[in-house]
Amino acid sequence: MRKMRTQRAIAVLASVLLVGGVAACGNSDTGGGGSKDDGKITMGFSQVGAESGWRTANTTSIKESAAAAGIELKFDDAQQKQENQIKAIRNYIQQKVDVIAFSPVVESGWDTVLKEAKDAGIPVILTDRSVDSADKSLYKTFLGSDFVKEGRLAGEWLVEQKKGATGPVNIVELQGNTGAAPANDRKKGFGEAIAANPNLKIIASQPGDFTRAGGKQVMEQFLKANPKIDVLFAHNDDMGLGALEAITAAGKVPGKDITIITVDAVKDGMQALADGKFNFIAECSPLLGPQLMDLAKKVKAGETVPPRIETEETTFTQEQAKEALPTRKY
Amino acid sequence: MNDTMGRYRTMIGHRLFWPIAVLVVMLAANTIYRPGFLSIELKDGHLYGSPIDILRLSAPLILVALGMTLVISTGGIDLSVGSVCAISGAMACMYISKQPDQNSLTVVLTALAMALGVALVLGVWNGVLVAVIGIQPIIATLILMVAGRGLAQLITQGQIITINSGPFRGIGLGHLLTLPLAIFIALAAALLVAAFTRRTALGMIIESVGGNAEASRLAGIRSGRVIFLAYVVSAVCAAIAGFMMTANVSSADGNAVGLWVELDAILAVVIGGTSLAGGRFFLSGTILGALIIQTLTTTVYAMNISPQTSLLFKAVVVIAVCLIQAPAFRAKFSRRRRSAPPPRPVADKPKEQVPA
Repeated sequence: MRKMRTQRAIAVLASVLLVGGVAACGNSDTGGGGSKDDGKITMGFSQVGAESGWRTANTTSIKESAAAAGIELKFDDAQQKQENQIKAIRNYIQQKVDVIAFSPVVESGWDTVLKEAKDAGIPVILTDRSVDSADKSLYKTFLGSDFVKEGRLAGEWLVEQKKGATGPVNIVELQGNTGAAPANDRKKGFGEAIAANPNLKIIASQPGDFTRAGGKQVMEQFLKANPKIDVLFAHNDDMGLGALEAITAAGKVPGKDITIITVDAVKDGMQALADGKFNFIAECSPLLGPQLMDLAKKVKAGETVPPRIETEETTFTQEQAKEALPTRKY
Repeated sequence: MNDTMGRYRTMIGHRLFWPIAVLVVMLAANTIYRPGFLSIELKDGHLYGSPIDILRLSAPLILVALGMTLVISTGGIDLSVGSVCAISGAMACMYISKQPDQNSLTVVLTALAMALGVALVLGVWNGVLVAVIGIQPIIATLILMVAGRGLAQLITQGQIITINSGPFRGIGLGHLLTLPLAIFIALAAALLVAAFTRRTALGMIIESVGGNAEASRLAGIRSGRVIFLAYVVSAVCAAIAGFMMTANVSSADGNAVGLWVELDAILAVVIGGTSLAGGRFFLSGTILGALIIQTLTTTVYAMNISPQTSLLFKAVVVIAVCLIQAPAFRAKFSRRRRSAPPPRPVADKPKEQVPA
């Protein structure tokens, strides 16, 4: 009986894996047509997944700007798995695309496949996230946000706002997932910026895991443990949105009693900013498609490009949010 | 003297003694750290304070853990509960967001009914895989755990669905008699499950199936049906928990809702004294387990323990709880304590070497 069960379990597991494998192949087999020398650029792009509204906007931006730039795009969704991404990149190499671009799921373990691309003479562009390869010649450039800068912009705005503050200004911070690059870097940038004014002090800092529920739960305890909170810095809009509810429930007015600064500028966050519940957002833009297509053309033409290119990003105050909101894409 | 000693022994021996002791110690530690921790005030006609937060936030976990208790007591495990939370929350929010009047009670009830219907189907799916086809539970429910996240994403189209519906919000944030409504829902579910399992023979049947499904079948119990039922109940509990989680923030996030809740639920069940091998379950223990886990999380935030050490802190507490819970460990510990001072290498004092 037990043996039979085990056998069955193995059979099922095997078939699940098999189906998964087939599906993955199906995903990345985006047609065998290699690039002919017709002057048209073919780009193979491997996306992390579709885990958030931000990512979806990122994908849309890349697809739209490829079509606009006349670049043939082979798109693959890696569904958060590095092995899918490696498989997709190998496929692109075999199909002899002109440029390979991808947002790495994780930082490490890319050397082998990037070497293969280099040997095949296909330039690689990283978007949004970087890799930790020691050999920087494995990729042409890294196009993405500067998280440290986002944190710094948020901090600088606060320093400017609290210039006249005579007493201590108590800040609480909602971090992203512990150890994630955006969390570490935004914390670092913000910390550096507010060091300019010794009155500004972070009195509590906890991870809210980039989610609304997380932000809310942490903020609830912050509010109870600290009678005087002047400023909230959340590493993304969603945690800030969650915290809004906790602040309201505590009988305080978000945006007035507590100044709220966040990063990202997704639609719901922008709405909160326009409504006066947030005070400031440092943008982390997913719309890097046009810049990416530009880079692809330059790389294909053999031009040298800088090894690090920042996404074009801005910041929003409440007034700017009201203006920008109607045309906001994500 | 003997009588007090005896009573003390019975109290220590009670299986809920140690979980309760751990909970009390944690609350006490919080109060020492911040004297106002246990204080509760009346705000806008309902109670407000950290203990209330713990009750409200542990409600979804209690629900999920209740279903998990039944499944585990049949000798199985349900890894798909987190995904079911996400799917049901996403379904309900998606439907509500599409309606012109989100505050209408009919709309919300329809949404809940639809999402519960889907959860039933998912529970039936798990039940069929385990009880009818005979796949090992950990594998069978793993399928839905992985695929279910995708399904939730598909429903929300990868976006976070924000809704603005008063009645739906009530599930997560409403109040009844100044206390959070969510905790009443969780307790009602617990009482219902307790009534069905402990006032009828069902509980005994579940335990007998968990002990030995084949022997139970030969004794005349329809083992398959009991196991099947456990998975359906688990999915329904998870769905209601999913409503609470999404209502708590008025938004459905296919990625984040109920993420890793299956692990917390299994932990709550284990802390509560239910055997992972099946054949024995304690609903009250599970509820205490869920409260302990939520208190632990709240403690980390309230004490502002640094994120780098908080995981270690949690792990240490959990290990301590599990060890204290284990009779074998306690027996070993108390035997060793009783045998102290350690035996000396002198043979002429044999009395000291006799363990009590």
